[in-house]
Amino acid sequence: MSLTLDDVKRIAHLARIEVSESEAETYLAQLSSIFGLVEEMQAVDTRGIEPMAHAQDVVLRLREDVVSEANRRDAYQAVAPQVEAGLYLVPKVIE
Amino acid sequence: MLNASLKELSALLAAKKVSSVELTQTFLKRIDELNPSLNAFITLDADKSLAQAHAADERIAAGKAELLTGIPFAQKDIFCAKDWLSTCGSKMLANFSAPYDAHVIEQFNRAGAVNLGKTNMDEFAMGSSNETSFFGKVKNPWDVSRVPGGSSGGSAAAVAARLCPAATGTDTGGSIRQPAALVGITGLKPTYGTVSRYGMIAFASSLDQAGPMARSAEDCALMMNVMAGFDSRDSTSLEREKEDYTRDLNQPLRGLKIGLPKEYFAEGLSADVACAVDAALAEYRKLGAETVEISLPNTRLSIPVYYVLAPAEASSNLARYDGVRYGYRAPEYGDLTDMYQKTRAQGFGAEVKRRIMIGTYVLSAGYYDAYYIQAQKLRRLIAQDFEAAFKQCDVIMGPTAPTTAFKLGEKSDDPVSMYLSDIYTIAVNLAGLPGMSVPCGFGENGLPVGLQIVGNYFAEARMLNVAHQYQLATDWHLRLPPLSGEE
Amino acid sequence: MQWEVVIGLETHAQLNTASKIFSGAATAYGAEPNTQACAVDLALPGVLPVFNRVAAEKSVRFGLAVGARINRKSVFERKNYFYPDLPKGYQMTQLELPIVAEGGKLRIQVGEYEKDIRITRAHMEEDAGKSLHEDFHGMTGIDLNRAGTPLIEIVTEPDMSSSAEAVAYAKRLHSLVRWIGICDGNMQEGSFRCDANVSVRLKGTDKLGTRCEIKNLNSFKFLEKAIDYEVRRQIELIEDGGRVVQETRLYDPDRDETRSMRSKEEANDYRYFPDPDLLPLVVSDAYIEEIRSALPELPQAKRERFMGEYSLPAYDAGVMTASREMADYFEATAKELGGEAKLAANWIMGDLSAALNKDGKDVADSPISSAQLASLLKRIQDNTISGKIAKEVFAAMWNGEGEADAIIEAKGLKQVSDSGAIEKIIDEIIAANPGQVAEYRSGKDRLFGFFVGQAMKASKGKANPAQLNDILKQKLAG
Repeated sequence: MSLTLDDVKRIAHLARIEVSESEAETYLAQLSSIFGLVEEMQAVDTRGIEPMAHAQDVVLRLREDVVSEANRRDAYQAVAPQVEAGLYLVPKVIE
Repeated sequence: MLNASLKELSALLAAKKVSSVELTQTFLKRIDELNPSLNAFITLDADKSLAQAHAADERIAAGKAELLTGIPFAQKDIFCAKDWLSTCGSKMLANFSAPYDAHVIEQFNRAGAVNLGKTNMDEFAMGSSNETSFFGKVKNPWDVSRVPGGSSGGSAAAVAARLCPAATGTDTGGSIRQPAALVGITGLKPTYGTVSRYGMIAFASSLDQAGPMARSAEDCALMMNVMAGFDSRDSTSLEREKEDYTRDLNQPLRGLKIGLPKEYFAEGLSADVACAVDAALAEYRKLGAETVEISLPNTRLSIPVYYVLAPAEASSNLARYDGVRYGYRAPEYGDLTDMYQKTRAQGFGAEVKRRIMIGTYVLSAGYYDAYYIQAQKLRRLIAQDFEAAFKQCDVIMGPTAPTTAFKLGEKSDDPVSMYLSDIYTIAVNLAGLPGMSVPCGFGENGLPVGLQIVGNYFAEARMLNVAHQYQLATDWHLRLPPLSGEE
Repeated sequence: MQWEVVIGLETHAQLNTASKIFSGAATAYGAEPNTQACAVDLALPGVLPVFNRVAAEKSVRFGLAVGARINRKSVFERKNYFYPDLPKGYQMTQLELPIVAEGGKLRIQVGEYEKDIRITRAHMEEDAGKSLHEDFHGMTGIDLNRAGTPLIEIVTEPDMSSSAEAVAYAKRLHSLVRWIGICDGNMQEGSFRCDANVSVRLKGTDKLGTRCEIKNLNSFKFLEKAIDYEVRRQIELIEDGGRVVQETRLYDPDRDETRSMRSKEEANDYRYFPDPDLLPLVVSDAYIEEIRSALPELPQAKRERFMGEYSLPAYDAGVMTASREMADYFEATAKELGGEAKLAANWIMGDLSAALNKDGKDVADSPISSAQLASLLKRIQDNTISGKIAKEVFAAMWNGEGEADAIIEAKGLKQVSDSGAIEKIIDEIIAANPGQVAEYRSGKDRLFGFFVGQAMKASKGKANPAQLNDILKQKLAG
């Protein structure tokens, strides 16, 4: 598998990272060499092996259904880039 | 006092030979003098630190002190601390004052410890050299033209230069152990799930684990007593009995079986590091341990597996930095998508963006099975290697890093060669095992070498014992770098 | 050309928990913006999700109520996409291993026929926040109070073939989730909303047509109209030689049409993967059995029992089990009446429902209790009053004028069954209308009704109708 410039642009868009044409070229070179490293994995036969998502074989703990969080809007919005009337403001969302 | 152990500092405080305020001031003064050349700290706030020190002195006076009460600790800037800037080394969070405390911070606060400041780190903990920080490179106190390792490079440099008695770190692929090795201090990455990740800014959730970075194994054990423990706010925090990590420190090592993975002593290991590690192993044999050769056949695969899984998780964990609710927002933008793209392009540094791109790619349609699932399967094989190895030995030893500290800038344009320097540490995170690095001598340029000790799940107390006994017999951990000045 | 319509529904029902699915913030509706969005809901750096046990319990309860298999192990996955109402940049959902697996079904009645709609799966997920599009200097406001509210998404097979069936299913489902207490069903507040997958194909063909998904239908009326519009649109498009494009569409109730939402479509690649902050949710057999044993009698079982035990016709039994409150009301009334359940059903479907509708009340808040209704209906049973008079008494009861017996007494509405009194009235009417009597006797049978009407009027409606008929027939026969 070899990465193309279009792949890089598509990934950058999915990740919402603006890249210029020249940055895309740099990413292409770097990502290609990293994927060269990653390709090593493909040679191993892993049929029948269960994927390992967690280090410990434990199950989900369940929380009681209790309201424990008070309103801290002022503290949380003190660090927000732009708020008004208690709302976070973003450029117009078009449906 | 600069080389005093936590126990000694605690005794001085208890005997009122020094107050917490004085101790805090002493270290703040050292930071003032030495930090400009090391850049180990991102944020200092003397008023906050001294207020905590005052409170600690009152607590000591009231006879309610715990062992760490009044002792100042440096906190890696990955931990949210209420009303402290908590930047994670990123422009994205450069102005982020955390509205809450991480579990680790709470635990230190509860113990009456003083927060001395927030230490520099690779941006979002992504790096092995501390060169990716938005707040500038951290320098190695043994040679300021060299890296301190990463990502907990600020904590490592601060402890090594004795800018603080001890510090916290986090370790996703070696970020405690590798910098500990490169600056000659002791660091422990506990079993995954031992220290709560609540309030610790996520890099790769299934691998991240916090731990102590200190001058000795004994100090690490005392810090573990504060840091470890169940926390219901982290669903991966393990519900286990509280343990005393100092309990086995003084056990003799007679009969200890040390496994030496042949893959860790193979091509790629530099001669000076090999030499120091061999000497340490000889010391262990003197202490009554025996060594056996073992094999971790999938070691080689741990790097590709890690560089699929960690970026995949990171690409999703870092999606929240979108310029909407907190953190950086690009000053100029057009529509919503443009706001996202500019904010993230400007707010993240090159290495973080690279890893987000890798992660986004390996999770994308058509590649998920070949990369992500395959990597998770290999992760199991890697864990099984260790499982088999621990049938033959009590602990595994080897070098922490293949070389001593490299030059600043030496690998920053070559991500692959940087990634390869994590070869000995990454597999431990993938398996979720505890790992340590202990200073074990010096290499060619008078730079520290670290010995890695890997234990079975929950074997931290035993590992600390193994390290402590070595530190009773050697003094590598007490050597001070030139930059630390004379006491 | 003969067209066949194929519809599948995906329904989002909000699980009525006190706190959110992964945080301790409240789920109450209508709070000031962002006052119920805690650090976890806002995705502050370093926060972690902790799962609400009641969300699992309610989801399992749903699975058991529709007879589905419950996955002993289910997994939360991240669905990654950027949107300002999605603070983490991913939505927590269950893709590969949902808590409710296959095997569920729901029976619907449409007119004369019944049909089972198969439920493919149901999974838990978190709701997103809200974008407020009023103008804030050309910007959009984001309220994250709803972010992290637990939802169960219930997915059917494409088993419905008309908007009527889709509405019948949605109503049945709506009734069921309230019946088993997992969702308040408030559609105005968005607690229950449907996405409809609609396609058409030529009758007799096997292959499914290309489908369009109509999003966020939050009333049964809109569901019906949106499907009807979409079906017409697709048929016209194909008949005009066009092709249906698979896409997401939005129903505009003001214009009664669906329109494409292509802006949201753009090459989505959600990059699902298991959330590493959470572990697999594992439920034991004992846990499932505990939930099963606490289930109330379910609508379908109750409906069948009403048909057997109370001899209700299928239609009536369906209406009487439209909600748990309705069923309870009916059964209590029928029990009081000791057998004549059909009378109870008629009154509940008739006067009671009309009055409730008029006042916008639910049967649970009826001002006339089941015991009170039963005491009224008993007076019909024992001939104290006629059905017609009973309506008058019912209206008085509704207005809070008292118990049935007291009203009958006070207003003197008791039925006249004294044959002497009835004869007297009839004699007077015969005397007063000689012309009509002559006509009747000469064969104009239909004038009988005229005499009944006159006599009823004269008795102020209180004459026992059967008795009146008998006596009138005798007397007119001469």
